[in-house]
Amino acid sequence: MIFYIFAILAVLSGVYMVLTRNLLYAGFSLLVTLLSLAGIYVLLFADFIAATQLMVYVGGVLVLILFGIMLSSRVHDKSVVSENTNKVWGTVITFLVLVGMFHTILNANLGALPWLQTADTAVLGQQKSTVQAIGIKLMTDFVVPFEVASLLLLIALMGAAYIATDKQKV
Amino acid sequence: MLAFLLTLMLLLSVVIVLAYAERKVAAFMQDRLGPTEAGPYGSLQAVLDVLKLLQKEDIVPAQADKSLFKLAPILIFAAVFAGFAVIPFTPDVVPAGIGIGVFYLLAIVSLDVVGLLMAGWGSNNKYAMLGAMRSVAQIVSYEIPAGLAILSAVMICQSLDFQEISYQQGVLLHAFPGMEYETNWLFGIQALGIDTTTIGGITTWNIFRAPMLLVAFIIYFIASLAESNRAPFDIPEAESELVAGFHVEYSGFRFAVLFLAEYSMMVLVSLVAVVLFLGSWNTPLPNIGAAQLANWTTGSVGALSGNLWAAFWLLSKTFVLLFVQLWARWTYPRLRVDQLMHLCWKVLTPLALAVVLAAGIWRLLMI
Repeated sequence: MIFYIFAILAVLSGVYMVLTRNLLYAGFSLLVTLLSLAGIYVLLFADFIAATQLMVYVGGVLVLILFGIMLSSRVHDKSVVSENTNKVWGTVITFLVLVGMFHTILNANLGALPWLQTADTAVLGQQKSTVQAIGIKLMTDFVVPFEVASLLLLIALMGAAYIATDKQKV
Repeated sequence: MLAFLLTLMLLLSVVIVLAYAERKVAAFMQDRLGPTEAGPYGSLQAVLDVLKLLQKEDIVPAQADKSLFKLAPILIFAAVFAGFAVIPFTPDVVPAGIGIGVFYLLAIVSLDVVGLLMAGWGSNNKYAMLGAMRSVAQIVSYEIPAGLAILSAVMICQSLDFQEISYQQGVLLHAFPGMEYETNWLFGIQALGIDTTTIGGITTWNIFRAPMLLVAFIIYFIASLAESNRAPFDIPEAESELVAGFHVEYSGFRFAVLFLAEYSMMVLVSLVAVVLFLGSWNTPLPNIGAAQLANWTTGSVGALSGNLWAAFWLLSKTFVLLFVQLWARWTYPRLRVDQLMHLCWKVLTPLALAVVLAAGIWRLLMI
Protein backbone atom coordinates (compact mmCIF):
# COMPACT_ATOMS: atom_id res chain seq x y z
CA MET A 1 0.00 0.00 0.00
CA ILE A 2 2.69 2.47 1.04
CA PHE A 3 4.68 1.31 -1.95
CA TYR A 4 1.89 2.33 -4.31
CA ILE A 5 1.63 5.77 -2.73
CA PHE A 6 5.35 6.35 -3.22
CA ALA A 7 5.28 4.83 -6.69
CA ILE A 8 2.38 7.00 -7.84
CA LEU A 9 4.03 10.08 -6.38
CA ALA A 10 7.30 9.27 -8.12
CA VAL A 11 5.63 8.65 -11.47
CA LEU A 12 3.39 11.72 -11.29
CA SER A 13 6.16 14.07 -10.29
CA GLY A 14 8.43 12.52 -12.89
CA VAL A 15 5.81 13.09 -15.60
CA TYR A 16 5.27 16.64 -14.39
CA MET A 17 9.00 17.24 -14.45
CA VAL A 18 9.20 16.18 -18.08
CA LEU A 19 6.09 18.02 -19.22
CA THR A 20 6.46 21.36 -17.48
CA ARG A 21 8.11 24.15 -19.39
CA ASN A 22 9.29 25.99 -16.31
CA LEU A 23 12.71 24.65 -15.40
CA LEU A 24 12.42 25.65 -11.77
CA TYR A 25 9.18 23.72 -11.31
CA ALA A 26 10.87 20.80 -12.99
CA GLY A 27 13.63 21.05 -10.37
CA PHE A 28 11.18 21.05 -7.50
CA SER A 29 9.19 18.14 -8.87
CA LEU A 30 12.48 16.29 -9.19
CA LEU A 31 12.67 16.77 -5.43
CA VAL A 32 9.38 14.92 -4.99
CA THR A 33 10.56 12.14 -7.31
CA LEU A 34 13.80 11.69 -5.39
CA LEU A 35 12.00 11.70 -2.05
CA SER A 36 9.52 9.05 -3.19
CA LEU A 37 12.37 6.93 -4.51
CA ALA A 38 14.05 7.23 -1.11
CA GLY A 39 10.79 6.04 0.45
CA ILE A 40 10.74 3.03 -1.86
CA TYR A 41 14.33 2.22 -0.93
CA VAL A 42 13.36 2.21 2.73
CA LEU A 43 10.55 -0.23 1.95
CA LEU A 44 13.15 -2.46 0.29
CA PHE A 45 15.23 -2.53 3.52
CA ALA A 46 17.92 -0.43 1.83
CA ASP A 47 18.13 2.24 4.51
CA PHE A 48 21.68 3.25 3.65
CA ILE A 49 20.82 3.75 -0.01
CA ALA A 50 17.78 5.80 0.98
CA ALA A 51 19.78 8.15 3.18
CA THR A 52 22.51 8.38 0.56
CA GLN A 53 19.87 9.22 -2.02
CA LEU A 54 18.72 12.12 0.13
CA MET A 55 22.23 13.23 0.94
CA VAL A 56 23.72 13.09 -2.56
CA TYR A 57 20.82 13.85 -4.83
CA VAL A 58 18.65 16.16 -2.74
CA GLY A 59 21.38 17.78 -0.68
CA GLY A 60 23.92 17.95 -3.47
CA VAL A 61 22.82 17.52 -7.05
CA LEU A 62 19.38 19.10 -6.75
CA VAL A 63 20.66 22.12 -4.87
CA LEU A 64 23.32 22.55 -7.53
CA ILE A 65 20.70 22.36 -10.28
CA LEU A 66 18.45 24.89 -8.54
CA PHE A 67 21.39 27.16 -7.90
CA GLY A 68 22.33 26.99 -11.55
CA ILE A 69 18.79 27.81 -12.67
CA MET A 70 18.44 30.67 -10.22
CA LEU A 71 21.78 32.24 -11.03
CA SER A 72 21.22 32.06 -14.76
CA SER A 73 17.68 33.43 -14.81
CA ARG A 74 15.86 36.54 -13.69
CA VAL A 75 18.27 38.39 -15.93
CA HIS A 76 15.50 39.27 -18.33
CA ASP A 77 12.96 39.14 -15.54
CA LYS A 78 11.26 35.93 -16.56
CA SER A 79 11.56 32.34 -15.49
CA VAL A 80 13.71 29.97 -17.47
CA VAL A 81 11.62 28.06 -19.95
CA SER A 82 12.79 24.98 -21.76
CA GLU A 83 12.35 24.64 -25.50
CA ASN A 84 11.48 21.77 -27.78
CA THR A 85 14.18 20.72 -30.20
CA ASN A 86 14.84 17.54 -32.20
CA LYS A 87 11.18 16.48 -31.98
CA VAL A 88 11.34 13.65 -34.51
CA TRP A 89 14.53 12.02 -33.32
CA GLY A 90 13.51 12.44 -29.69
CA THR A 91 10.20 10.68 -30.25
CA VAL A 92 11.76 7.85 -32.21
CA ILE A 93 14.52 7.15 -29.68
CA THR A 94 12.19 7.35 -26.68
CA PHE A 95 9.75 5.00 -28.36
CA LEU A 96 12.53 2.52 -29.16
CA VAL A 97 13.85 2.62 -25.60
CA LEU A 98 10.30 2.08 -24.30
CA VAL A 99 9.77 -0.94 -26.55
CA GLY A 100 13.16 -2.34 -25.57
CA MET A 101 12.46 -2.00 -21.88
CA PHE A 102 8.99 -3.57 -22.17
CA HIS A 103 10.47 -6.44 -24.13
CA THR A 104 13.19 -7.02 -21.52
CA ILE A 105 10.87 -6.79 -18.53
CA LEU A 106 8.23 -9.07 -20.06
CA ASN A 107 10.81 -11.70 -20.98
CA ALA A 108 12.91 -11.48 -17.84
CA ASN A 109 10.66 -13.73 -15.76
CA LEU A 110 11.92 -12.11 -12.57
CA GLY A 111 9.98 -14.39 -10.24
CA ALA A 112 11.97 -17.42 -11.31
CA LEU A 113 15.41 -15.98 -10.45
CA PRO A 114 17.20 -18.45 -8.17
CA TRP A 115 18.35 -15.92 -5.55
CA LEU A 116 14.84 -14.53 -5.32
CA GLN A 117 13.41 -18.00 -4.71
CA THR A 118 15.80 -18.69 -1.87
CA ALA A 119 15.84 -15.21 -0.36
CA ASP A 120 14.73 -14.72 3.20
CA THR A 121 12.10 -12.08 3.95
CA ALA A 122 13.99 -11.05 7.10
CA VAL A 123 16.72 -9.42 5.05
CA LEU A 124 18.44 -7.67 7.89
CA GLY A 125 18.55 -10.60 10.29
CA GLN A 126 20.34 -9.64 13.47
CA GLN A 127 21.76 -6.45 11.98
CA LYS A 128 20.02 -3.18 12.68
CA SER A 129 20.93 -1.75 9.30
CA THR A 130 22.74 -2.61 6.10
CA VAL A 131 25.66 -0.33 6.95
CA GLN A 132 27.89 -3.02 8.47
CA ALA A 133 27.44 -5.34 5.51
CA ILE A 134 28.06 -2.55 3.01
CA GLY A 135 31.16 -1.41 4.87
CA ILE A 136 32.66 -4.90 4.98
CA LYS A 137 31.91 -5.49 1.31
CA LEU A 138 33.45 -2.15 0.33
CA MET A 139 36.65 -2.90 2.20
CA THR A 140 37.00 -6.49 0.93
CA ASP A 141 35.32 -7.57 -2.31
CA PHE A 142 34.82 -4.14 -3.87
CA VAL A 143 37.84 -2.23 -2.66
CA VAL A 144 39.33 -1.71 -6.14
CA PRO A 145 36.18 -0.26 -7.76
CA PHE A 146 35.73 1.87 -4.65
CA GLU A 147 39.24 3.31 -4.87
CA VAL A 148 39.00 3.78 -8.64
CA ALA A 149 35.76 5.70 -8.18
CA SER A 150 37.37 7.93 -5.57
CA LEU A 151 40.33 8.55 -7.88
CA LEU A 152 37.96 9.44 -10.70
CA LEU A 153 36.12 11.90 -8.48
CA LEU A 154 39.40 13.45 -7.41
CA ILE A 155 40.41 13.93 -11.04
CA ALA A 156 37.03 15.46 -11.80
CA LEU A 157 37.42 17.81 -8.85
CA MET A 158 40.87 18.92 -9.97
CA GLY A 159 39.60 19.39 -13.53
CA ALA A 160 36.70 21.51 -12.29
CA ALA A 161 39.03 23.62 -10.18
CA TYR A 162 41.35 24.07 -13.15
CA ILE A 163 38.54 25.12 -15.49
CA ALA A 164 37.14 27.51 -12.92
CA THR A 165 40.48 29.18 -12.22
CA ASP A 166 40.85 32.68 -13.48
CA LYS A 167 43.65 32.23 -16.02
CA GLN A 168 45.33 35.56 -16.31
CA LYS A 169 47.78 36.26 -19.10
CA VAL A 170 50.80 37.74 -17.43
CA MET B 1 1.87 9.53 16.42
CA LEU B 2 2.26 10.03 20.17
CA ALA B 3 5.99 10.57 19.72
CA PHE B 4 5.22 13.14 17.04
CA LEU B 5 2.92 15.14 19.29
CA LEU B 6 5.17 14.88 22.33
CA THR B 7 8.23 15.99 20.39
CA LEU B 8 6.27 18.86 18.87
CA MET B 9 5.04 19.99 22.29
CA LEU B 10 8.52 19.72 23.77
CA LEU B 11 10.01 21.60 20.85
CA LEU B 12 7.43 24.38 21.05
CA SER B 13 8.04 24.89 24.75
CA VAL B 14 11.82 24.86 24.32
CA VAL B 15 11.56 27.35 21.46
CA ILE B 16 9.32 29.68 23.50
CA VAL B 17 11.82 29.59 26.35
CA LEU B 18 14.63 30.18 23.88
CA ALA B 19 12.90 33.15 22.26
CA TYR B 20 12.41 34.69 25.69
CA ALA B 21 15.99 33.88 26.70
CA GLU B 22 17.28 35.44 23.50
CA ARG B 23 15.72 38.77 24.39
CA LYS B 24 16.68 38.66 28.04
CA VAL B 25 20.26 37.54 27.41
CA ALA B 26 20.66 40.17 24.72
CA ALA B 27 19.28 42.80 27.07
CA PHE B 28 21.53 41.89 29.98
CA MET B 29 24.59 41.77 27.77
CA GLN B 30 23.81 45.27 26.60
CA ASP B 31 23.01 46.47 30.11
CA ARG B 32 19.29 46.76 29.41
CA LEU B 33 16.33 45.13 31.12
CA GLY B 34 14.63 43.47 28.14
CA PRO B 35 10.94 42.61 28.30
CA THR B 36 9.48 43.44 31.71
CA GLU B 37 5.77 44.13 31.22
CA ALA B 38 4.06 40.86 30.24
CA GLY B 39 3.98 38.45 33.15
CA PRO B 40 6.60 38.22 35.89
CA TYR B 41 9.93 39.55 34.52
CA GLY B 42 8.34 39.70 31.08
CA SER B 43 8.23 35.92 30.84
CA LEU B 44 5.02 35.88 28.80
CA GLN B 45 6.51 38.12 26.14
CA ALA B 46 7.46 35.28 23.78
CA VAL B 47 4.06 33.62 24.10
CA LEU B 48 2.31 36.88 23.34
CA ASP B 49 4.59 37.49 20.37
CA VAL B 50 3.54 34.17 18.90
CA LEU B 51 -0.14 34.92 19.54
CA LYS B 52 0.26 38.28 17.82
CA LEU B 53 1.90 36.63 14.82
CA LEU B 54 -0.92 34.11 14.52
CA GLN B 55 -3.52 36.87 14.39
CA LYS B 56 -1.80 38.82 11.64
CA GLU B 57 -2.97 38.75 8.07
CA ASP B 58 -1.34 36.16 5.87
CA ILE B 59 0.01 38.32 3.06
CA VAL B 60 1.12 36.73 -0.18
CA PRO B 61 2.79 39.27 -2.49
CA ALA B 62 0.95 39.71 -5.79
CA GLN B 63 4.06 39.11 -7.85
CA ALA B 64 5.21 36.11 -5.84
CA ASP B 65 5.22 32.57 -7.12
CA LYS B 66 2.25 31.66 -4.94
CA SER B 67 2.49 27.89 -4.65
CA LEU B 68 6.23 27.91 -3.94
CA PHE B 69 5.84 30.82 -1.54
CA LYS B 70 3.19 28.97 0.45
CA LEU B 71 4.94 25.61 0.40
CA ALA B 72 8.41 26.78 1.47
CA PRO B 73 7.85 27.38 5.22
CA ILE B 74 6.19 23.99 5.57
CA LEU B 75 9.06 22.24 3.80
CA ILE B 76 11.69 24.04 5.87
CA PHE B 77 10.02 23.21 9.16
CA ALA B 78 9.26 19.63 8.12
CA ALA B 79 12.92 19.06 7.24
CA VAL B 80 14.17 20.37 10.56
CA PHE B 81 11.48 18.63 12.55
CA ALA B 82 12.14 15.31 10.85
CA GLY B 83 15.64 15.51 12.28
CA PHE B 84 14.24 15.24 15.79
CA ALA B 85 12.90 11.77 15.02
CA VAL B 86 16.19 10.06 15.75
CA ILE B 87 17.26 12.02 18.84
CA PRO B 88 17.14 9.89 21.99
CA PHE B 89 15.61 11.86 24.84
CA THR B 90 16.06 9.25 27.57
CA PRO B 91 17.35 5.64 27.69
CA ASP B 92 13.85 4.45 26.77
CA VAL B 93 12.37 7.29 24.77
CA VAL B 94 13.55 7.76 21.23
CA PRO B 95 10.93 8.64 18.60
CA ALA B 96 12.47 6.41 15.91
CA GLY B 97 15.54 4.41 16.90
CA ILE B 98 16.83 3.56 13.46
CA GLY B 99 20.26 2.06 12.96
CA ILE B 100 21.61 4.81 10.71
CA GLY B 101 20.31 7.73 12.76
CA VAL B 102 23.34 10.00 12.35
CA PHE B 103 23.43 9.56 8.59
CA TYR B 104 19.67 10.03 8.32
CA LEU B 105 19.90 13.25 10.30
CA LEU B 106 22.61 14.66 8.03
CA ALA B 107 20.56 13.69 4.98
CA ILE B 108 17.18 14.97 6.10
CA VAL B 109 18.49 18.29 7.34
CA SER B 110 19.90 18.98 3.88
CA LEU B 111 16.29 19.16 2.66
CA ASP B 112 16.12 22.42 4.55
CA VAL B 113 18.33 23.99 1.88
CA VAL B 114 15.82 23.25 -0.87
CA GLY B 115 13.12 24.94 1.21
CA LEU B 116 15.28 28.02 1.63
CA LEU B 117 15.82 28.27 -2.12
CA MET B 118 12.09 27.83 -2.62
CA ALA B 119 11.30 30.65 -0.19
CA GLY B 120 13.89 32.96 -1.70
CA TRP B 121 12.73 32.36 -5.25
CA GLY B 122 9.03 32.32 -4.47
CA SER B 123 9.13 35.71 -2.79
CA ASN B 124 10.19 37.38 -6.04
CA ASN B 125 12.26 39.85 -4.11
CA LYS B 126 15.92 40.73 -4.57
CA TYR B 127 16.69 40.72 -0.87
CA ALA B 128 14.97 37.40 -0.30
CA MET B 129 16.79 35.90 -3.26
CA LEU B 130 20.19 37.15 -2.14
CA GLY B 131 19.51 36.02 1.41
CA ALA B 132 18.53 32.55 0.26
CA MET B 133 21.61 32.29 -1.97
CA ARG B 134 23.95 33.34 0.82
CA SER B 135 22.22 31.08 3.30
CA VAL B 136 22.42 28.04 1.05
CA ALA B 137 26.04 28.68 0.09
CA GLN B 138 26.92 28.95 3.74
CA ILE B 139 24.99 25.87 4.84
CA VAL B 140 26.37 23.70 2.03
CA SER B 141 29.95 24.79 2.78
CA TYR B 142 29.74 24.31 6.53
CA GLU B 143 28.15 20.90 6.18
CA ILE B 144 31.61 19.62 5.31
CA PRO B 145 33.48 20.45 8.55
CA ALA B 146 30.35 19.59 10.54
CA GLY B 147 30.05 16.25 8.76
CA LEU B 148 33.73 15.46 9.31
CA ALA B 149 33.49 16.32 13.01
CA ILE B 150 30.46 14.04 13.34
CA LEU B 151 32.33 11.36 11.40
CA SER B 152 35.18 11.37 13.92
CA ALA B 153 32.71 10.86 16.77
CA VAL B 154 31.06 8.05 14.81
CA MET B 155 34.46 6.43 14.24
CA ILE B 156 35.16 6.43 17.97
CA CYS B 157 31.73 5.03 18.79
CA GLN B 158 31.59 2.57 15.89
CA SER B 159 27.91 3.20 15.50
CA LEU B 160 25.47 5.36 13.56
CA ASP B 161 22.72 4.81 16.12
CA PHE B 162 22.26 7.80 18.41
CA GLN B 163 20.91 5.62 21.19
CA GLU B 164 23.91 3.28 21.08
CA ILE B 165 26.27 6.27 21.11
CA SER B 166 24.39 7.58 24.14
CA TYR B 167 24.65 4.33 26.06
CA GLN B 168 28.39 4.16 25.40
CA GLN B 169 28.97 7.43 27.21
CA GLY B 170 27.86 6.48 30.72
CA VAL B 171 27.45 3.96 33.46
CA LEU B 172 24.58 2.25 31.64
CA LEU B 173 26.95 0.85 29.00
CA HIS B 174 26.14 -2.75 29.83
CA ALA B 175 22.40 -2.14 29.73
CA PHE B 176 22.45 -1.78 25.94
CA PRO B 177 21.81 -5.08 24.15
CA GLY B 178 24.97 -6.22 22.39
CA MET B 179 27.37 -4.22 24.55
CA GLU B 180 27.34 -6.34 27.71
CA TYR B 181 31.09 -6.99 27.52
CA GLU B 182 32.28 -3.59 26.36
CA THR B 183 34.61 -1.59 28.57
CA ASN B 184 35.37 2.10 28.82
CA TRP B 185 39.00 2.96 29.58
CA LEU B 186 40.33 6.26 30.87
CA PHE B 187 40.92 8.49 27.80
CA GLY B 188 39.90 5.44 25.81
CA ILE B 189 43.40 3.96 26.03
CA GLN B 190 43.40 0.38 27.19
CA ALA B 191 47.14 0.47 27.94
CA LEU B 192 46.56 2.84 30.85
CA GLY B 193 44.57 0.05 32.44
CA ILE B 194 42.11 2.29 34.30
CA ASP B 195 38.61 0.96 33.83
CA THR B 196 36.05 3.76 33.86
CA THR B 197 33.04 1.64 32.92
CA THR B 198 31.62 1.77 36.43
CA ILE B 199 32.92 5.25 37.18
CA GLY B 200 30.86 6.84 34.46
CA GLY B 201 30.06 10.52 34.61
CA ILE B 202 32.21 12.90 32.62
CA THR B 203 35.02 10.35 32.31
CA THR B 204 33.02 8.36 29.78
CA TRP B 205 31.78 11.29 27.72
CA ASN B 206 33.08 11.26 24.18
CA ILE B 207 35.15 14.42 24.63
CA PHE B 208 36.90 12.69 27.55
CA ARG B 209 36.99 9.18 26.12
CA ALA B 210 38.83 10.44 23.07
CA PRO B 211 40.28 13.88 23.80
CA MET B 212 40.61 14.87 20.13
CA LEU B 213 36.83 14.91 20.04
CA LEU B 214 37.02 18.09 22.08
CA VAL B 215 38.48 19.72 18.96
CA ALA B 216 35.82 18.00 16.87
CA PHE B 217 33.16 19.35 19.20
CA ILE B 218 34.41 22.92 18.81
CA ILE B 219 34.55 22.52 15.03
CA TYR B 220 31.04 21.11 15.03
CA PHE B 221 29.77 23.89 17.24
CA ILE B 222 31.19 26.63 15.03
CA ALA B 223 29.87 24.92 11.90
CA SER B 224 26.48 24.45 13.49
CA LEU B 225 26.27 28.16 14.21
CA ALA B 226 26.74 28.71 10.49
CA GLU B 227 24.22 26.04 9.59
CA SER B 228 21.52 27.63 11.68
CA ASN B 229 22.41 31.11 10.35
CA ARG B 230 23.31 32.40 13.77
CA ALA B 231 25.65 35.26 14.45
CA PRO B 232 28.55 35.62 13.75
CA PHE B 233 27.52 33.76 10.61
CA ASP B 234 24.34 35.69 9.91
CA ILE B 235 25.17 37.39 6.63
CA PRO B 236 22.11 35.67 5.09
CA GLU B 237 19.95 37.84 7.33
CA ALA B 238 22.22 40.86 7.52
CA GLU B 239 19.71 43.51 8.55
CA SER B 240 21.77 46.42 7.34
CA GLU B 241 21.97 45.20 3.76
CA LEU B 242 19.28 42.58 3.16
CA VAL B 243 16.48 43.76 5.49
CA ALA B 244 15.83 40.24 6.77
CA GLY B 245 17.08 37.72 4.25
CA PHE B 246 14.98 35.00 2.69
CA HIS B 247 11.94 35.56 4.92
CA VAL B 248 11.57 39.27 4.21
CA GLU B 249 8.21 38.85 2.44
CA TYR B 250 6.63 36.53 4.97
CA SER B 251 4.13 37.58 7.58
CA GLY B 252 1.70 36.11 10.07
CA PHE B 253 1.55 32.36 10.45
CA ARG B 254 4.08 31.62 7.73
CA PHE B 255 6.62 33.87 9.35
CA ALA B 256 5.93 32.16 12.67
CA VAL B 257 6.67 28.80 11.04
CA LEU B 258 9.95 30.06 9.57
CA PHE B 259 10.89 31.55 12.90
CA LEU B 260 10.04 28.27 14.60
CA ALA B 261 12.12 26.34 12.07
CA GLU B 262 15.09 28.58 12.67
CA TYR B 263 14.94 28.16 16.42
CA SER B 264 14.28 24.42 16.03
CA MET B 265 17.44 24.21 13.97
CA MET B 266 19.37 25.79 16.84
CA VAL B 267 17.86 23.30 19.27
CA LEU B 268 18.53 20.40 16.92
CA VAL B 269 22.21 21.19 16.35
CA SER B 270 22.70 21.67 20.08
CA LEU B 271 21.01 18.35 20.80
CA VAL B 272 23.21 16.60 18.25
CA ALA B 273 26.31 18.18 19.76
CA VAL B 274 25.24 17.04 23.23
CA VAL B 275 24.43 13.50 22.10
CA LEU B 276 27.59 13.01 20.07
CA PHE B 277 30.16 14.77 22.22
CA LEU B 278 28.86 15.75 25.65
CA GLY B 279 27.62 12.43 26.96
CA SER B 280 24.04 12.61 25.69
CA TRP B 281 21.57 12.01 28.52
CA ASN B 282 24.27 10.78 30.90
CA THR B 283 25.11 12.53 34.12
CA PRO B 284 28.35 14.54 34.36
CA LEU B 285 28.99 13.34 37.93
CA PRO B 286 31.29 10.32 38.26
CA ASN B 287 31.16 7.56 40.88
CA ILE B 288 33.93 8.28 43.37
CA GLY B 289 34.45 5.39 45.78
CA ALA B 290 31.48 5.16 48.11
CA ALA B 291 29.93 8.34 46.74
CA GLN B 292 28.03 6.78 43.87
CA LEU B 293 27.20 10.15 42.34
CA ALA B 294 26.73 8.78 38.83
CA ASN B 295 24.39 6.01 39.92
CA TRP B 296 22.38 8.37 42.12
CA THR B 297 21.90 10.86 39.33
CA THR B 298 21.16 8.29 36.65
CA GLY B 299 18.27 6.31 38.08
CA SER B 300 17.39 2.92 36.69
CA VAL B 301 16.59 2.16 33.08
CA GLY B 302 12.92 1.72 32.39
CA ALA B 303 11.84 3.33 35.65
CA LEU B 304 10.50 6.86 35.95
CA SER B 305 13.61 8.05 37.78
CA GLY B 306 15.88 7.00 34.90
CA ASN B 307 13.76 8.83 32.36
CA LEU B 308 13.46 11.99 34.41
CA TRP B 309 17.17 12.20 35.18
CA ALA B 310 18.09 11.53 31.56
CA ALA B 311 15.69 14.14 30.21
CA PHE B 312 16.93 16.60 32.81
CA TRP B 313 20.59 16.14 31.89
CA LEU B 314 19.95 16.19 28.18
CA LEU B 315 17.88 19.36 28.33
CA SER B 316 20.16 21.19 30.73
CA LYS B 317 23.23 20.46 28.59
CA THR B 318 21.29 21.58 25.53
CA PHE B 319 20.32 24.81 27.23
CA VAL B 320 23.93 25.48 28.14
CA LEU B 321 24.90 25.14 24.48
CA LEU B 322 21.96 27.30 23.42
CA PHE B 323 23.10 29.93 25.89
CA VAL B 324 26.55 29.84 24.34
CA GLN B 325 24.92 30.41 20.95
CA LEU B 326 23.14 33.51 22.26
CA TRP B 327 26.30 34.64 24.00
CA ALA B 328 28.31 34.34 20.78
CA ARG B 329 25.71 36.41 18.97
CA TRP B 330 26.29 39.42 21.19
CA THR B 331 30.05 38.97 21.42
CA TYR B 332 31.30 38.62 17.87
CA PRO B 333 30.69 40.93 14.93
CA ARG B 334 29.38 39.47 11.69
CA LEU B 335 31.92 37.82 9.38
CA ARG B 336 32.47 39.05 5.85
CA VAL B 337 31.84 36.58 3.04
CA ASP B 338 35.54 36.06 2.34
CA GLN B 339 36.27 35.55 6.05
CA LEU B 340 33.39 33.09 6.18
CA MET B 341 34.78 31.00 3.34
CA HIS B 342 38.34 31.33 4.64
CA LEU B 343 37.27 29.98 8.02
CA CYS B 344 35.35 27.11 6.48
CA TRP B 345 37.75 25.89 3.80
CA LYS B 346 41.16 26.87 5.10
CA VAL B 347 40.78 26.47 8.85
CA LEU B 348 37.91 24.21 9.85
CA THR B 349 38.02 21.66 7.02
CA PRO B 350 41.77 20.81 7.28
CA LEU B 351 41.48 20.73 11.05
CA ALA B 352 38.47 18.42 10.84
CA LEU B 353 40.36 16.12 8.47
CA ALA B 354 43.24 15.96 10.95
CA VAL B 355 40.79 15.12 13.72
CA VAL B 356 39.29 12.32 11.62
CA LEU B 357 42.76 10.84 11.14
CA ALA B 358 43.53 11.18 14.84
CA ALA B 359 40.20 9.56 15.72
CA GLY B 360 41.04 6.61 13.49
CA ILE B 361 44.38 6.09 15.22
CA TRP B 362 42.82 6.59 18.65
CA ARG B 363 40.25 3.94 17.89
CA LEU B 364 43.07 1.45 17.39
CA LEU B 365 44.32 2.20 20.90
CA MET B 366 40.86 1.71 22.36
CA ILE B 367 40.37 -1.92 21.45
